Amino acid sequence: MEGEKESVRMRVFRAGSCQQLFYRYQDLAPQLVPLDYTSCPDVKVPYELIGSMPELKDNPFRQRIAQVFSEDGDGHMTLDNFLDMFSVMSEMAPRDLKAYYAFKIYDFNNDDYICAWDLEQTVTKLTRGELSAEEVSLICEKVLDEADGDHDGRLSLEDFQNMILRAPDFLRFTDSVKFPPFFHL
Amino acid sequence: MSGRTHKGTAPGECSQRDSAVTPMDCTPSRGRPGSLAENFFFSALAGDRSRRTPSMKRTRPAEKAPGRRRAQPGQKERAGGSPGSGSPRRKQAERKGRRELLGDRERRSAEKTCGGRRKKDGRASLREQRAPSKKEKETRRKEEMRKQLKKHRSSSVASSTSSGESLSEEELARILEQVEDKKKLIASMRSKPWPMARKLAELREAQEFVEKYEGALGKGKGKRLYAYRMLMAKKWVKFKRDFDNFKTQCIPWEMKIKDIESHFGSSVASYFIFLRWMYGVNLVLFGLIFGLVIIPEVLMGMPYGSIPRKTVPRAEEEKAMDFSVLWDFEGYIKYSALFYGYYNNQRTIGWLRYRLPMAYFMVGVSVFGYSLMIVIRSMASNNQGSTSEGESDNFTFSFKMFTSWDYLIGNSDTADNKYASITTSFKESIVDEQESNKEENVHLTRFLRVLANFLIICCLCGSGYLIYFVVKRSQEFSKMQNVSWYERNEVEIVMSLLGMFCPPLFETIAALENYHPRIGLKWQLGRIFALFLGNLYTFLLALMDDVHLKLSNEETIKNITHWTLFHYYNSSGWNESVPRPPLHPADVPRGSCWETAVGIEFMRLTVSDMLVTYITILLGDFLRACFVRFMNYCWCWDLEAGFPSYAEFDISGNVLGLIFNQGMIWMGSFYAPGLVGINVLRLLTSMYFQCWAVMSSNVPHERVFKASRSNNFYMGLLLLVLFLSLLPVAYTIMSLPPSFDCGPFSGKNRMYDVIQETVENDFPTFLGKIFAFLANPGLIIPAILLMFLAIYYLNSVSKSLSRANAQLRKKIQALREIEKSHKSVKGRATPRDSEDTDKGNSKNGTQLTKEGTAHHPASQSQTLDQKAQGPGASSSASKTVLPVSQHLPLSRAPGVRPDSGQARPQAHPWRSTSGKRVWRPPH
Repeated sequence: MEGEKESVRMRVFRAGSCQQLFYRYQDLAPQLVPLDYTSCPDVKVPYELIGSMPELKDNPFRQRIAQVFSEDGDGHMTLDNFLDMFSVMSEMAPRDLKAYYAFKIYDFNNDDYICAWDLEQTVTKLTRGELSAEEVSLICEKVLDEADGDHDGRLSLEDFQNMILRAPDFLRFTDSVKFPPFFHL
Repeated sequence: MSGRTHKGTAPGECSQRDSAVTPMDCTPSRGRPGSLAENFFFSALAGDRSRRTPSMKRTRPAEKAPGRRRAQPGQKERAGGSPGSGSPRRKQAERKGRRELLGDRERRSAEKTCGGRRKKDGRASLREQRAPSKKEKETRRKEEMRKQLKKHRSSSVASSTSSGESLSEEELARILEQVEDKKKLIASMRSKPWPMARKLAELREAQEFVEKYEGALGKGKGKRLYAYRMLMAKKWVKFKRDFDNFKTQCIPWEMKIKDIESHFGSSVASYFIFLRWMYGVNLVLFGLIFGLVIIPEVLMGMPYGSIPRKTVPRAEEEKAMDFSVLWDFEGYIKYSALFYGYYNNQRTIGWLRYRLPMAYFMVGVSVFGYSLMIVIRSMASNNQGSTSEGESDNFTFSFKMFTSWDYLIGNSDTADNKYASITTSFKESIVDEQESNKEENVHLTRFLRVLANFLIICCLCGSGYLIYFVVKRSQEFSKMQNVSWYERNEVEIVMSLLGMFCPPLFETIAALENYHPRIGLKWQLGRIFALFLGNLYTFLLALMDDVHLKLSNEETIKNITHWTLFHYYNSSGWNESVPRPPLHPADVPRGSCWETAVGIEFMRLTVSDMLVTYITILLGDFLRACFVRFMNYCWCWDLEAGFPSYAEFDISGNVLGLIFNQGMIWMGSFYAPGLVGINVLRLLTSMYFQCWAVMSSNVPHERVFKASRSNNFYMGLLLLVLFLSLLPVAYTIMSLPPSFDCGPFSGKNRMYDVIQETVENDFPTFLGKIFAFLANPGLIIPAILLMFLAIYYLNSVSKSLSRANAQLRKKIQALREIEKSHKSVKGRATPRDSEDTDKGNSKNGTQLTKEGTAHHPASQSQTLDQKAQGPGASSSASKTVLPVSQHLPLSRAPGVRPDSGQARPQAHPWRSTSGKRVWRPPH
């Protein structure tokens, strides 16, 4: 029964927002994206347009988000990728899924581990480079110290989930990754 | 051909089709280039998925495959026959709107492939007993689903011929099991991080189709209800969120404070939060006093000018409206409802028969009662909050790094603030970290701290003695005639000089101690508090002297008043037959009304304090900032970095100013009911003014530090001040006689007599007796003793509880450490194991390698799945699965990956030496 409940919820969710999402996608690049998707055109909206969406434009990780969800990792998105992104970012997405994608977003060099370099990138992006190099390295050290369960000097997905699912703010994180304008629909 | 496409295809045909398709369809389930026919892609994933996860279950029934396989479709068919024809169509209709745009291509592809398959099916109808593979079941089911889809799309009428094949218990159980599997899959579908999530969702929808088809054995009802409920749940979530947003918007100045916090750190913000809290408390007090005392008096009491206490005396009448007089709270303001003296001692007023004196007294008491309650309650709740945050201590930096960005921010100003606040909070944590790691010469630090405390105690004693000395002298001066200006104002001058020079001195001395700035702030606050207590003491002393002087004069004035009235009414030269008009209230001689004088004193103090604060801010902060900012262009040294620089926000001074101001309010509000109103205005303006001043002309502290989680220290100081201000008020109420001709208690021996009077006159006699009995010291003393006992008991209980708490926390910490070390040992062992399993995996399914993009996410999802099952499973999952995912060509960012991924190990050679890297296959 549980499964059914889930699936129905999914349907409700999709029926509610898919179309709106498509229109938004179309709005991003009206000259590129046809309204008629019956012929399933192979269209990609370039990253410049994706990154300038109001939901993303102020996000320090917008490039990473676009890269993670795009097919080729270049930030250019097909409609599928776009929907994908929004379904993960919606508040309905489960925490595990969010944790997984958060991990991917923070994994800047795509090596399936968050290493010290990734952490430095994250800190620099979060603070706009206003911290000194020592401070940044101190922070990275501390993060590794705290969250690295197997002491291999980098965070695996497991470490990351272990840590992030305990975060009091991650609830807020998950709830707040909700892209206000149309997930209210 | 077309007949077959209809719903009620004979079961035999179904299985025919299955067997025919199997050889082709099995491979696609791993290797088909899933781009063209998306439906197949889904099914490919489905096959993959169901094969992998519940593989243990699957293999068992597959052994007895042939016979059962024949039966299965029939059962399916029969089960799904009647409801299946109805409900999928409904669903279809539901979906249609959405599909119009998005789904057309799928439909097309589905139809195409199905059409192609149909021919194959026809050809292969004889081979139905062959191809016994467990995957076949999957494909068959998929096939059926596809068929159904097809049927619905062509929207032809279903003419079903139900199958006549038998169906055993075993079969039923197996189908149920499958249904369960499907359901599980569907349930967990959402948490699978497959990149083609949308397509997968499509797949799941299709599976649900099948499920309905199969599972119409009685399940699958009430879907509408579910849908409705889910819709409502979603609406509810949205509503809750909106309501939360609304609530946050209702919190006054939340944005301003957040703004300040993001630039100046939580310590400065804590002052503003305290200010806001204070504003709230004062608002409640204001409501209490205004609603129960001032408004009834204004509405129902005797009007201005009706009796002497409500009239400006004749001597003051001329100047009573001058601004300079009003500014001193004399003249008309003095004889208004803002002050104690205005109130009449009539027992009841107005048609409501409102007992004003009683209300006045009770409100005066409840102001203190409410304040005590609210301060203690907020202290307690702060304490509770601080104990429950054990977990987040372990991950301070991680949480800051990974969860601090608010993904909802869609406004560049907010984003700027957020950047600033994240930077600030990192800095705060760094300061904490550095402090906790600091290892210095313990003996030196200890010595310096003792020395600093000694110096400061010397300072405090010196200033205490100075204050005492000056006060003594001023008492002598007050008795002397023609003292000079300096001698008259000596106390004030000394006090303000002390207040000006001591805090910086303390700060300088405190630099010796080398405390963490947060603890340093507490010390500083405590020391300045001690200094200010002297201020309070002198003020109260002077006030008491004044009161006693007035009280001693009262008796003579009372006589004068009496005799004036007596002479007025009994003087000769007036027609005896006509009674004389009463003496004009302005002409009646009256006492000095010490209560009003005290009220005025507090009022003046509050206003002047406010003005001094504002002017200090304006001059000391704003003008200085302007000067530094603009003169820097033409100055010989760098003003911004050098000497004057910008001001830092003075947390300790402001907090103490606020606390002592509140003490004044508490002390004064009994004698000047309007004081709270003034204070509300003051807090309101100072909120805006200080917010502006901080943002415009202050710079963050050199070491931005985090405020302690609970600002219980502020609250503790406030409680102390509340207690101290309760004492003089209680003293005056309990032991000084009220003025004879002003205020609600005039004519009584003591102010609290009003209670006795009410009890005697308005309550039934037995209640009066009970009250008298309760007031018996023989009962009060045991009650107090009992309270002490209760306090002692509760205190010891809470102590033991907190000890247990600390021990538990220690245990958890130890467990964590053990777990960590355990993991690291395992982590070292992992690579070899996983290499083996890796090989095994690739042997088992050569198809895996072909799979490309589809495989990788699936394996990842498995990781997640197993993690969800429990911590025990998770380690093994990572062991087996992570390597698999690693050897796959990762589909993302081909440009970035190879070089960055490889470059890192070289940049950090020590990392590459550790376990997992070494065997990582090149790609």
